[in-house]
Amino acid sequence: MDLNERPVIPEPVPTITEPPRAGEAHILSQQGTPLTDRAALEAPTMVSVKDLNLFYGRKQALHGINLEVGKNTVMALIGPSGCGKSTLLRCINRMNDLIDNVRIDGHVRVGQSDIYAPDVDVIGLRMRMGMVFQKSNPFPKSIYENVAYGLRVQGVKNRAVLDEAVERSLISAGLWDEVKDRLNESGLGLSGGQQQRLCIARALAVKPEVLLMDEPCSALDPLATSRIEELIFELKRDFTIVIVTHNMQQAARVSDFTAFFWMGKLIEVGLTEKLFTNPRERMTEDYISGRFG
Amino acid sequence: MGRHFDNELRDLKFSLLAMAGLVEEMVELARQSFTERSDAKADRVIALDHNVDELELSLDQACIDLLALRAPFASDLRLLASTLKIVPELERIGDHCTNIAKRVKFISAYPHILTAQQIEALGEATHSMVKRAMDAFVNGDAELAKAVIADDDLVDEIYVQVSKDMLQIMLQDPSAIERASHLIILVKNWERIADQATNIAEEVLFILEGVNVKHPYLQKRES
Repeated sequence: MDLNERPVIPEPVPTITEPPRAGEAHILSQQGTPLTDRAALEAPTMVSVKDLNLFYGRKQALHGINLEVGKNTVMALIGPSGCGKSTLLRCINRMNDLIDNVRIDGHVRVGQSDIYAPDVDVIGLRMRMGMVFQKSNPFPKSIYENVAYGLRVQGVKNRAVLDEAVERSLISAGLWDEVKDRLNESGLGLSGGQQQRLCIARALAVKPEVLLMDEPCSALDPLATSRIEELIFELKRDFTIVIVTHNMQQAARVSDFTAFFWMGKLIEVGLTEKLFTNPRERMTEDYISGRFG
Repeated sequence: MGRHFDNELRDLKFSLLAMAGLVEEMVELARQSFTERSDAKADRVIALDHNVDELELSLDQACIDLLALRAPFASDLRLLASTLKIVPELERIGDHCTNIAKRVKFISAYPHILTAQQIEALGEATHSMVKRAMDAFVNGDAELAKAVIADDDLVDEIYVQVSKDMLQIMLQDPSAIERASHLIILVKNWERIADQATNIAEEVLFILEGVNVKHPYLQKRES
């Protein structure tokens, strides 16, 4: 989508709403019981983005982003193509470092770590972040070796440790029962939905703190999508999840909080059920109801 | 989801307004049938109820279809969710009007008893609430919706007073018991219509502002 072809869209309202926390719980309680687990409202911050700007060469792709993601919550990033949501996701595990001419200022903290501090071990940082991409990308290896890969890179050789990690990860990814009798077969022989869950298992094997998902279901049929969404619901007990999706229903179904981006700016962030029933910003309303542009 | 869905929502609103218009006509006819002792107008109310029931079914189906096929969000979702609640309120108002009309046919052969003017006032106040609740919906007027909600207390006051007066009449004049019994049921129906108009106004506020104003005592307790 060429963003320059939409001149009629007004500039976004500069006031960016902060993620609701304990204070919001009070407001919501006056409106009825929210669908979101109350624990999500009180969750300590796991990922904190502060005054983040990102430039691809001279083009600014992210403008002063401030966003907090609570521990063991799911944050959905939504917005039209080119709005910066995937760019922001890649900032959280410093994958943008791999792109030429990228310049970033501002702060991103994961847990207590400022991940853009000069002394940060980027490889070590990425081990704390699991990443699942739009298209499943299993290695041309066995199912077992796909899941064990990250641990082997870390130098783990003990077979019992690897066996335990593979089983645990495949169980967490909801794939164990389907593949436990064929762990030595190629991961490429699985269905699309199974391959994506294999990739999730691979990400989980190294026990990440945060799981980043970039449109993980966009290539899957509704049944496989449903399984991944159920999985996300289960996984948030142990992980903090940030998911980019173009599917509004999916964002509504799986996330505790949703952030709406437009042209590199965070327009609105809030409780998912509030954002999808009564957004504060007109631009959010127009986008989620399909009247944008 | 764009222009086509907008057209579908517009059609839904038109159908809801058609139903509201019909119900408003029933309320006005019911009021006139009592004031004018008109069996013809009472019969007209009773006949219209069938049309309201038909509209309820078609609007229910239209809402379910749009929810299933369009998966709406934000103000579209609020509109559909509230329409699903406004429609049965309108249908019940139609039923209450029919009940009033039936009672009018019982008592029309007799002269008014003492509280006739109060009953007429009750009918007028209630009719006004129904009309303004739907005006608030049509014009997106939150203040008007709030005014309707506030008026429910006035109608309740009239209703309580009329009921007391009626009891007094029955105690003083046993020959009036049959008429007064019909009138007690009649005024109860007016009072229920006012409650339903209040419910509609609450839904209008939810559509416009995304705020649930029902049961304020529960919200005070939570805060």
